[in-house]
Amino acid sequence: MDQDLSRQLAERVHTAQAAGMPLRIAAGNTKAWLGRPVEGETLDVAGHRGIVGYEPTELVLTARAGTPLSEIEAALAEAGQCLAFEPPHFGDAATLGGSVACNLSGPARPYAGACRDFVLGTRIINGRGEVLRFGGEVMKNVAGYDLSRLMAGAQGTLGVILEVSLKVLPRPAAEQTLALEMDAAAAIRQFNAWAARPLPITAACHDGERVRVRLSGAEAALRAARRKLGGEVVADAEAFWRSVREQSHAFFNGSGALWRLSLPPATPVDPILLQFIDWGGAQRWVYSEPPPWEAAAAAGGHATRWRAGCHAPSPSGGEGRGGGAVFQPLPEGLMALHRRVKRSLDPAGILNPGRLYPEL
Amino acid sequence: MSESGTSPAVHARRSDLVRGLLALLPAESVLHEPEDLRPYECDGLSAYRRLPMVVALPSTPEQVQAVMRLAHRLRVPVVARGAGTGLSGGALPLEDGLLLSLAKMKSILAIDPVARTARVQPGVRNLAISEAARPHGLYYAPDPSSQIACTIGGNVAENSGGVHCLKYGLTVHNVLKLEVVTVEGERLTLGADALDAPGYDLLALMTGSEGLLAVVVEATVRLLPTPERAQVLLAAYDDVACAGAAVGAIIAAGIIPAGLEMMDNPAIRAAEAFVHADYPVEAAAILLCELDGTNEEVSEQVMRVRELLLQSGATEVRTARDEAERALFWKGRKAAFPAVGRLSPDYYCMDGTIPRRRLPEVLERIEALSKAYGLPVANVFHAGDGNLHPLILYDANRPGELERTEELGGRILELCVEVGGTITGEHGVGMEKINQMCVQFRPAELEQFHAVKAAFDPEGLLNPGKAVPTLHRCAEFGAMHVHGGQLKFPDIPRF
Ligand SMILES: Cc1cc2nc3c(=O)[nH]c(=O)nc-3n(C[C@H](O)[C@H](O)[C@H](O)COP(=O)(O)OP(=O)(O)OC[C@H]3O[C@@H](n4cnc5c(N)ncnc54)[C@H](O)[C@@H]3O)c2cc1C
Repeated sequence: MDQDLSRQLAERVHTAQAAGMPLRIAAGNTKAWLGRPVEGETLDVAGHRGIVGYEPTELVLTARAGTPLSEIEAALAEAGQCLAFEPPHFGDAATLGGSVACNLSGPARPYAGACRDFVLGTRIINGRGEVLRFGGEVMKNVAGYDLSRLMAGAQGTLGVILEVSLKVLPRPAAEQTLALEMDAAAAIRQFNAWAARPLPITAACHDGERVRVRLSGAEAALRAARRKLGGEVVADAEAFWRSVREQSHAFFNGSGALWRLSLPPATPVDPILLQFIDWGGAQRWVYSEPPPWEAAAAAGGHATRWRAGCHAPSPSGGEGRGGGAVFQPLPEGLMALHRRVKRSLDPAGILNPGRLYPEL
Repeated sequence: MSESGTSPAVHARRSDLVRGLLALLPAESVLHEPEDLRPYECDGLSAYRRLPMVVALPSTPEQVQAVMRLAHRLRVPVVARGAGTGLSGGALPLEDGLLLSLAKMKSILAIDPVARTARVQPGVRNLAISEAARPHGLYYAPDPSSQIACTIGGNVAENSGGVHCLKYGLTVHNVLKLEVVTVEGERLTLGADALDAPGYDLLALMTGSEGLLAVVVEATVRLLPTPERAQVLLAAYDDVACAGAAVGAIIAAGIIPAGLEMMDNPAIRAAEAFVHADYPVEAAAILLCELDGTNEEVSEQVMRVRELLLQSGATEVRTARDEAERALFWKGRKAAFPAVGRLSPDYYCMDGTIPRRRLPEVLERIEALSKAYGLPVANVFHAGDGNLHPLILYDANRPGELERTEELGGRILELCVEVGGTITGEHGVGMEKINQMCVQFRPAELEQFHAVKAAFDPEGLLNPGKAVPTLHRCAEFGAMHVHGGQLKFPDIPRF
């Protein structure tokens, strides 16, 4: 099943750029909805798969973009290791390439780092159809600009990701999740106070009624931390955090327009909005019909339209799911720079055009 | 190298620039007399020296913008400079260029103990951030050995690391937001006070870009709680390979030490002679392993690591009894560069990274190269993350020795690439490793770097000639390697 399709894929991109034919890059199709719709011929990278290198004592794993995330996580688990940023899958077919392209990270993000923090190197196809390698398989590397990390979150608009080298970490010796009743405002205060103390916290969220906080580390450390934090031990903690990560938690079943707010962690809560607070206060999910662009920006953060409401107008006029922009509008000067960066990697504008912004 | 002012063209440009700058900055912030320029002629890589045409010392972001607009209008190239501790010639001035020193911008603008961030000007010293955060029980994690002097602007430009970066990450993992000024004088915000920002990750792209893409005028960094406890172990080995294997064993056991450093015998002897840390001077290598976290976690890990070190063949394992002894264990390591510097008139610090498992082989081959070139090498190693600092001892006053040293250094870096590593882990390419970039990257990759540079700086006015070689230069460098008859040292074996 493992196969290297680099050459074929690069040829496709090369031909497409000569013809000015836009390409819609896809693999597992689990995150196609995240972003604006892309018109173009499908470039399927799912077949380009396989773990090409994994040396547990080096803490590095290298795999082709089409490799299923589940395959990678299974290989890591066998060696007692993990992807510490806990990537959401959003479906069984989720691949490494798609996860990195979307830079998605789970509940551990504020404590362990984001997907982009674990990217050590990439092999990509740029918009000219050239196969290029940036970064490498070592922890520290400042040779050349960091175009590997730039791929994380670019959603395929700057290059077709062929291969990624990730830093991996040992799984914690033990984990325990505690539940504490409090309101959202108190939870925000508590999250920030905890994070300023040396506690072994690796996740903290508030579902509207109670806080769940996960501790990871040596058994003795967990016991000591539990004494400081109080609360009840949560029985099915792993399932709970999976439901937060995969958005199968009941909160996400709502029918309105769902927004992701990425905010400074101490931002006061909006008492009107129904919300789920994750990332120790830094990521908040809200249902809101009007786009919360201004409020998010005023707080020093940004908003993403995660899902349009069921009754919203159908995607027409190229304005994304349910109409309107998906990603927070960028200031003019910054957008101009984005356009130049895009052109430097994809001069013909054929890679996932418009997926992030109409201009890119 | 020619002194500034020798050519009439440079002379005319200088007067235009100085006149323009004096309209923007107080007179004491504009330097153009040779004796005033002298302190700026080199960075930490003192083998490369050049006087800048003019030095400007702005004190606000607005002044930086105004200076950049002026330089852009006059098409004068600009080199940014922090503390000048860089080790790759990144801040080496241009004789027809403006040196933009950020040294006056050294205010800590805000410490937010609740959101755990510090907002600082670019000239703030790395250690000053941790000092300001300490009353809140917080600190800034990346800790380069130069932290008392180097600036956050320089740290961002080099993506600097420290002895704790295996666990706590490099600069790129600890910066949230940058205010930058482009070559045209435009001010942009990259990143955010939140954990991510919309659009491309230009914050990551800026980090490690060696002053080629924009000038950092403000940084917001993440602060972490000071660990409850830190404990350090020192293990001695009579075989470097065993010490290397011990590192793998600790990580395989699921332990990520806060710091994991190795020194070879020449480095141990030098450090011991310098700071008297009571290092075992007969050992082939020592490992320093720091564990931090909660009290309970550290107690448990110290026991396990001690066992692992003994199992891996350590001839001796010491655990620091108290904070004073912990500081002493580290003192030798932190002073390793200057300590080695005392052994010879000059030393040259290399910065390759390798997959850790290749360490014994790489050290062996470095030793063979050292013998072949007749230049002693001491090795200091961020063992946890595979970042090797071979220190080549030489005497610049001996004719040809600097050139031989540079060639030996280049060969060591090429060796790092050959075993799957990189030519620079944290010091940057700068002027120094520009030829080795041709070894690590193929022409299409270098062209891509140039295209990205042009997206920020189409005319190539920011720190030109550094970090990314032209293909032309690579062709010339390649020719030197290929044409056997023209090799500078044909008698030296090539691996
Ligand atoms: C004894 C010694 C020990 C060292 N130990 C370490 C170590 O452990 N880890 C490590 O990573 N490094 C280490 N270094 C290297 C050096 O200290 C770092 O690279 C440091 O980050 C440089 O900071 P600086 O302020 O001195 O920058 P400078 O040397 O002044 O400049 C370095 C580069 O940054 C650019 N630059 C500076 N300021 C800005 C700005 N505001 N905006 C844009 N570009 C800018 C310059 O143009 C140049 O390219 C060491 C150096 C010495 C001398």
